[in-house]
Amino acid sequence: MAQAAPVVPAEAEHTDAHAHGHADTNTGASNPKLAIWVFLSSESIFFGAFITTYLLYRGRSPANTPQPKDVYNIPFTSVTSFILLMSSLTMVLALASIQRGDHRRFRTWILATALFGVIFIGGQIYEFTEFYREGLALKTSVFGSSFFVLTGLHGAHVSVGIMWLLSLWGLSMQNRLHVQDAEKVEIAGLYWHFVDIVWIVIFTVIYLIP
Amino acid sequence: MRHPKWRTGAPVLLAGIALALAGCGGSDNHQNTLKPHGTDAGKIKDLFVPILFVAIIIGVLVLGATIYAAIRFRHREGHPDNPKQVHGNTTLEIGWTIIPALILAVVAIPTVSTIWDLAERPTGPKVLQVDVTGKQWWWQFGLPKQPMVPQATALDAKKPGTGPIITSTELHIPVGTKVDLSLHAFDVIHSFWVPSLSGKKDVMPARTNHLTIEANQPGIYRGACAEYCGLSHADMRFRVVAEPMAKWKAWVARISGPPLGAYGTAAKPTDVYTLTSKTYGCTNCHTFTDPHLATYGPNLTHLASRSTFAGGTLELNHKNLKAWIMNAPKFISMESKDCRLPPPATCVGMPSFTKNTPKGQKTMTSEDADTIVNFLLGEK
Amino acid sequence: MTAVPAPLSPPRGILHRPKASTGFWSWWTTVDHKKIGILYGGLGLVFFVIAGIEALLIRLQLAGPNGTVLTASQYNTLFTMHGTTMVFLVGMPIATAFGNYLIPLQIGARDVAFPRLNMFGFWVFAFGGLFIYSGFVLGGAPNGGWFGYTPLTSTPITGGALPGHGPDFWAIGLIMLGIGSVTSGVNFVVTILNMRAPGMTLMRMPVFVWMMLVVAFLTVFAMPAVTAALIMVFFDRNFSTNFFVAAAGGDPLLYQHLFWLFGHPEVYILILPGMGIVSEILPVFSRKPLFGRSVVIFSGIAIGFLGWGVWAHHMFATGLGPVATTAFGLATMLIAIPTGVKIFNWMGTVWGGSLRLNTPMLFSLGFIAMFTIGGLSGVTHSIVPADTQQTDTYYVVAHFHYVLFGGLIFAIFGGFYYWWPKMFGRLLDDRIGKLNFWLMLIGFNLTFFPMHFLGLAGMPRRTYRYASGMGWDNLNILVTIGGFVIASSVLVFLVNVVKSAKNGEVASADPWDGRTLEWSIPSPVPEYNFAEVPEVHAADDFWHRKYTEDEEGRLVRLPAGGADDGAHHGDGHGIHLPSPSFFPMVLALGLPILGYAAVFKNPWLAIPGAVILLFGIYAWTIEPGTAED
Repeated sequence: MAQAAPVVPAEAEHTDAHAHGHADTNTGASNPKLAIWVFLSSESIFFGAFITTYLLYRGRSPANTPQPKDVYNIPFTSVTSFILLMSSLTMVLALASIQRGDHRRFRTWILATALFGVIFIGGQIYEFTEFYREGLALKTSVFGSSFFVLTGLHGAHVSVGIMWLLSLWGLSMQNRLHVQDAEKVEIAGLYWHFVDIVWIVIFTVIYLIP
Repeated sequence: MRHPKWRTGAPVLLAGIALALAGCGGSDNHQNTLKPHGTDAGKIKDLFVPILFVAIIIGVLVLGATIYAAIRFRHREGHPDNPKQVHGNTTLEIGWTIIPALILAVVAIPTVSTIWDLAERPTGPKVLQVDVTGKQWWWQFGLPKQPMVPQATALDAKKPGTGPIITSTELHIPVGTKVDLSLHAFDVIHSFWVPSLSGKKDVMPARTNHLTIEANQPGIYRGACAEYCGLSHADMRFRVVAEPMAKWKAWVARISGPPLGAYGTAAKPTDVYTLTSKTYGCTNCHTFTDPHLATYGPNLTHLASRSTFAGGTLELNHKNLKAWIMNAPKFISMESKDCRLPPPATCVGMPSFTKNTPKGQKTMTSEDADTIVNFLLGEK
Repeated sequence: MTAVPAPLSPPRGILHRPKASTGFWSWWTTVDHKKIGILYGGLGLVFFVIAGIEALLIRLQLAGPNGTVLTASQYNTLFTMHGTTMVFLVGMPIATAFGNYLIPLQIGARDVAFPRLNMFGFWVFAFGGLFIYSGFVLGGAPNGGWFGYTPLTSTPITGGALPGHGPDFWAIGLIMLGIGSVTSGVNFVVTILNMRAPGMTLMRMPVFVWMMLVVAFLTVFAMPAVTAALIMVFFDRNFSTNFFVAAAGGDPLLYQHLFWLFGHPEVYILILPGMGIVSEILPVFSRKPLFGRSVVIFSGIAIGFLGWGVWAHHMFATGLGPVATTAFGLATMLIAIPTGVKIFNWMGTVWGGSLRLNTPMLFSLGFIAMFTIGGLSGVTHSIVPADTQQTDTYYVVAHFHYVLFGGLIFAIFGGFYYWWPKMFGRLLDDRIGKLNFWLMLIGFNLTFFPMHFLGLAGMPRRTYRYASGMGWDNLNILVTIGGFVIASSVLVFLVNVVKSAKNGEVASADPWDGRTLEWSIPSPVPEYNFAEVPEVHAADDFWHRKYTEDEEGRLVRLPAGGADDGAHHGDGHGIHLPSPSFFPMVLALGLPILGYAAVFKNPWLAIPGAVILLFGIYAWTIEPGTAED
């Protein structure tokens, strides 16, 4: 939710001359950029609570229910994780493109980012239906509950990100996203990288570490 | 410089307040944290009261200073209105940081030592072990087999006739004996609290907490549930009866034995048997004959050995018991209107046997209630 | 390609942008921080009265043993709603009201960083509050206690633990309110860090702004913890998850840890604004600077940090074990130190001053006294073994009412009397105000002081009735009478409000000889706040424009300094302000609809809710912050 900065001295007429992040703010960071950082630190606590819950509940599920080692398909999840990781790279390239004014490449890279996100989500859906078929549901055990709620919430965040990226792509297609708006892309990028980092933590702590 | 009268009055005032508050422990309602009758409650009081006095003195000083300042420094017409613009005073500020820290450090020492003292779980053959289960909205007590209670075996509800001795709402303990309570909950979190004997400890499902109580004098000590547990949390009370060892042993022997009266069997039913096992289905939730059975509702074997029932809210007598059996929800709010229906109808507590009787069931008559009550009151 | 691109605008025909900045409808679409602050405050006061009535009903039931005024079910709902309303619909919103109104003024800004987000926060508060209260008519208002321990609240509705939809309305409602709080927190952090006037370094900010900065950070870090816990409760209740189902490996205690990890910072979120308000009032009415100003600021920051390390002191009776209880007991004692320092610094401010005992000052002095009592009973709670006798009794009810009512609410009323002239251009009557204060002080102490004794004498809390013969009867009658005295004091306040609106004394820009920037501009404040953005040279810059100090440290009046009553500097012509907007309300409306969809598990309701949400977001982002003229 980007905003034009409303602090306006009586004398100066203000134009959008913030092309390279020079803002009239005490910290030097623009209001939207500072805001996204604060918001993401809040989100860190949110995910932290669910990750901690998962870890606390490790090993406490009844023995006759599916355990992590029974259902996890590490090679498969590694591939989807890699794809999400690559989407951060394409995001960086998209930002670099818009900062240069290269709108065609921007659209390519942002679409690629969204596409990788969609593939990741697709992989998650496949993975979850597999787990369900193997007998792991929300209600099966604390493993089922904590795993699905955590990864489900993460998936919801990725989905919101995909819609955000596609909106930026749409804006660009209508010639309404300009070099001056690069910060909007940067902010979307910060969100996207955050969601990716959360997944790296989840993948490491929940899938990889026994 | 004037010396206001308050300077001389203040120490007198403080002493007066301290004395007054000392007497403010209140009456001994046998549920009073400041009138302990047990070892741990006594230790807690000995720790708390001196610290409370320190807190009261500090409070009176700060209050006094506030009132004094408001009066002394109030601007009066015609008087100078240009106070010295003091921005701070490093010495003072360091002082009033360090002094509270020191006071707290001093207070921390007996606190920590008491924490660890109270956390020790008593062991050995002279310790009475009791299983406590909190249920919505009453307390169940079990006395498993142990040196002090040889009759019972370890908790095993599948083998009737064995298992701990089960009673509810009233727990008898021998005076001067450490009692090691193992606390569980059946449904939601409750909290076991007998203020005269000890601080409280929460009881939780699938987790066992421990609490030690030891009564120093014989007496009846009141307890309450101290964690909001739904509808009738307020009525989830109990009593701890501390008695001399010989009397307590007699109690154990009495309540662990078979019923005194003739209850009957399926083969040879009495009126009571028919009413409770067939007509009204009491045995779905209670037992009248087996002191070892942990039923959904309180175990009613030897009910008359107790002085209270209904979560400790009613005295046990004919009038109360009869009114209760006929229409329990009138006395204690419960989620029990569907209890006379088969599962999966929601049922928490005891239904009414006279109001909203479902189709096909019988409304309890006064005579039937009398029969049941007469039997129960004979079961000492 | 054109050099300056055309600004974004919505396609023609979708929703004409509202233009009015005055008048009744302007209050629905405003993005002006001052109006939003007044909205937060007004609605917060409405909820204060509602929660107060809930308390009076509770006290009627408990006036005597075995009361029959309320059933158990009604009582349990009322104490839950009283607590939930006071914490989430009164305390936090009124603090936000003051923050909203004052922060931009005190830092020399024209508005907050995100004006529409600000209004969104208000609508979420309004809709969230309505949502929670709608439970009364839609299947059960919350009845699991304001902290809603599991498994009582997380057992599915058929389990019978808590009949009705109470816990669902509670969980979803609080999640909603949390979203509003976080947006507000983000807004305040960015505003305070980014939008200070030239020369206003962090240490030159008023103490109130500092406290709101700490509160904003606490909010954005604490709310997610409780949101996570509430999601788990809702899922356990409705989707058969096992987060708190012991038989499946879950642990009900996890809920308590997550809740109190939020809950303890929450009480600092509640009290720090009060401490900030009092830190503003005391110097002005003592004509002396705040004693040890930087230490007061650092103590506030220290409390903000330390507050994260004490949460389990709410759980001393749960069987954590001696290691944990020792650690948390000691940490709790530690946090008493910066708190005590602040009290002594406030005393040092007043000491040797030239005091005006107007109503704001009386409430602030009352704050010092009452908060000290509450703080001291808090220290007795840190004595872990003693706490096992005190927790869940009327003793702790006394403690938290002393710090929250005697503390926060007293500060809030002081703040109302202090800033009313600035906000509305008219003073509240000071004589009526004094009556308000004394009635409230007496009523408050009559209500809550006896509770210390009741708790120690064995009366548990959250009990809808108590037995006779326990020795509690007389004290309970006193408590009930006290409650009605408090009610009368609130009535007096409301009378004062009406009187002030009708014929209250017109206020100048600086009726109190204030120290901070808000007193340098006209009363009421013009829409643009400052005709010219101020240049700041010191803390309490406005005061230093009016006075300097001689060698003895006494004040010397400077002739030139003084407030701008609006006569000289024009009407703010040429200042562009953010324009009103519908979309904060529209977006906020999507939330309760989704909320009902969740509570009643109705996917058909989810669709319009999601549509409104998405429409709101898109329309908002396309709409420029400031409309074309």
